[in-house]
Amino acid sequence: MGTRNYRRKTSHSEHGPGDGGRTGSWRVERPVLDQNLCTPCKRNKESCFICWLFCPEVVISRTIPPAFNLEYCKGCGICAEECPTKAITMVDEAKFSEEEKE
Amino acid sequence: MHIIENGNVAAALGVKLCRANVIAAYPITPQTPLTERLSEYVESGEMKAEYIPVESEHSALAVCIAASSAGARTFTATSANGLLYMHEQVQWASGARLPIVMCVVNRAVGAPWNVWNDQQDSISQRDTGWIQIYCSDHQQIIDTVIKAYWLAEKVSIPIMVCYDGYILSHTYMPFDLPDQEKVDAFLPPFKPEYALNPDQPANLNTVTLPDVRTDIHGELAHGYMEIRYLLQEDLRTTITAAAEAEKRFADIFGRVSDPHIEPYRCDDADFVAVGMGSLTYQLRVCVDALRNEGFRVGVMGVRYYRPFPDEAIAQAMKGKQGIIVFEKALSYGYEGALASDLKSALYEHLAGTGSLPAVQNFIAGIGGREIRTEDLTNTFRAALQSRISKEPLWIGLKL
Amino acid sequence: MPKRNDPQTIANFKDIVMNKDFIEIRWHGRGGQGAITAAKIVAGAAFVSGYAGVVMAPTFGTERRGAPVMTSLKISKEKIYDLTPIETPDIVVVLDHLLLKEADVTHGLKQGGIIVLNTPMAHDTYNFKNYRLATADVTAISVEAGLPHGMVNTGIIGSLEKAMNLLGIEILIQGIEEEFRTRKPQNNSNAAKIAYERTITGE
Repeated sequence: MGTRNYRRKTSHSEHGPGDGGRTGSWRVERPVLDQNLCTPCKRNKESCFICWLFCPEVVISRTIPPAFNLEYCKGCGICAEECPTKAITMVDEAKFSEEEKE
Repeated sequence: MHIIENGNVAAALGVKLCRANVIAAYPITPQTPLTERLSEYVESGEMKAEYIPVESEHSALAVCIAASSAGARTFTATSANGLLYMHEQVQWASGARLPIVMCVVNRAVGAPWNVWNDQQDSISQRDTGWIQIYCSDHQQIIDTVIKAYWLAEKVSIPIMVCYDGYILSHTYMPFDLPDQEKVDAFLPPFKPEYALNPDQPANLNTVTLPDVRTDIHGELAHGYMEIRYLLQEDLRTTITAAAEAEKRFADIFGRVSDPHIEPYRCDDADFVAVGMGSLTYQLRVCVDALRNEGFRVGVMGVRYYRPFPDEAIAQAMKGKQGIIVFEKALSYGYEGALASDLKSALYEHLAGTGSLPAVQNFIAGIGGREIRTEDLTNTFRAALQSRISKEPLWIGLKL
Repeated sequence: MPKRNDPQTIANFKDIVMNKDFIEIRWHGRGGQGAITAAKIVAGAAFVSGYAGVVMAPTFGTERRGAPVMTSLKISKEKIYDLTPIETPDIVVVLDHLLLKEADVTHGLKQGGIIVLNTPMAHDTYNFKNYRLATADVTAISVEAGLPHGMVNTGIIGSLEKAMNLLGIEILIQGIEEEFRTRKPQNNSNAAKIAYERTITGE
């Protein structure tokens, strides 16, 4: 059972979740949101979402509160860097319990 | 003195020992640590050299061509698409008869994109008039860089010192670091016949005509055809010069090796595997296993691929029942490049003698596809027992 | 089936490792954690101890900090010609216990093979049938030795030697201090010494 019947003869990939594997496993730190500092949370209104805009992996949702898809978040820390109110902090993965990690 | 380092560092140390004084290179995986190490040596003052950062491989070799023309001992290194990017300059350097030494850290070429090892990059450049030498371990890498400068400057032909990306470049093993004094004794300073200088102005590599011409001294100067012929002639006599380099090296460093080919258990072998680079050492493990099973086999590494040591190879293969060529590149549209050249050498030297071994060709490790020793042994064993395929067979394909 | 902690089994295995002329050690770490440096130090110590053949070959996928990486370290009395990745290691070294979930660290490990594991958890929380386990909280030990949090690659060398008892801790200490001569050599060698003392092998 090989690749003989694959539809193309070139290397051709399309975007979609999981093409790079479960990249959440790459993390050594994860983003943690303080809703008391987060602008859309405080105003209960669609606003800011700079974290969503800057995330290179599109794992932050444009929701109130913004949610981080930990399945794919690599922990790059750009969201924390860019957040204008410093509502996001990067926290060592080791601090999270085994159960939380599952 | 033995040290444990990776292949890239072995190459960098060789360049340092040879006192290269102009280095121009552009980083590309898996060569990058080599050039980074050289830039550190220059920065620290350990190497008295100019390190010229360039924006591309094409420029890297252009800078080496210019510097070499001005009398500097130059070095560059690259891999895969970097080598392809400088292809125009690769042709230029040999036609200009400049003794540039370049390490090619063998890597697969795009498309598609792939950073892992095969030998398509340097093999695709085999017609350019450069000398090509393939290394099988770190001792060979550092020794070959040293020998290459001597040889290149003797015959005025640039040399590619090739070694497998990742498998050798990033793998650590022990090797002897030659003494600086011995290298200085082996390799005197570069003294070209002519080096660009304002006191003796000249135009280099000017337009040549199809025919010969008379120069300002009234002498008949070469036409393009003569210049190109002399490159070919000098490449062929390099086969002898390579042996001379080997003897000189052995006298000073005490390490002896056959310049052109590296045979292992071939003398009484019925079947011989042939390859280039680290694969030939892996094949030694297969040879030992098959010998234990009662098969009379050996492996021969080809070190000089250009000039092709046709006579040495044919003589070594005389009387053998079969040759099995394993390679990590091919001439697309036909077959493995080494297999073709080898068959041609056999035909040239052995046709009509009653001893023309059968040749089989296997392609392996393309794009860094792992070559399991067990699979290699199984393929080798099967090839001993019958002709598996007329077309080159690709080992480990997952179609 | 001999018990995991059966001293007879373990003693036998130690003898097997000591007599071998060819030892394969696979290292599992993360990009940036220093597994390669650690393997290189062990390779150097093996070489000066009379193992003429040492090969240390990292396996490269797409490199990035935090990605699981693997390194093959082969130690032999004779020159090594086969540079392919280790398929049946005698020993696996795991620099970070979280890797147990991400990589199949025992893949191919020989029966009775050794796992050296950096973990904050107690030795007896693990149940590796068929293998011998050596554990230490190298992360905590390294901090105790004055190293930054997460720099476990020198401490783990101490754990490895405790488990395999092959080269002697002194030669490894020398190797560590040489490799780290400009980067807190004492702290690094202390991490190895403390880990060597505190590694639990279940004996």
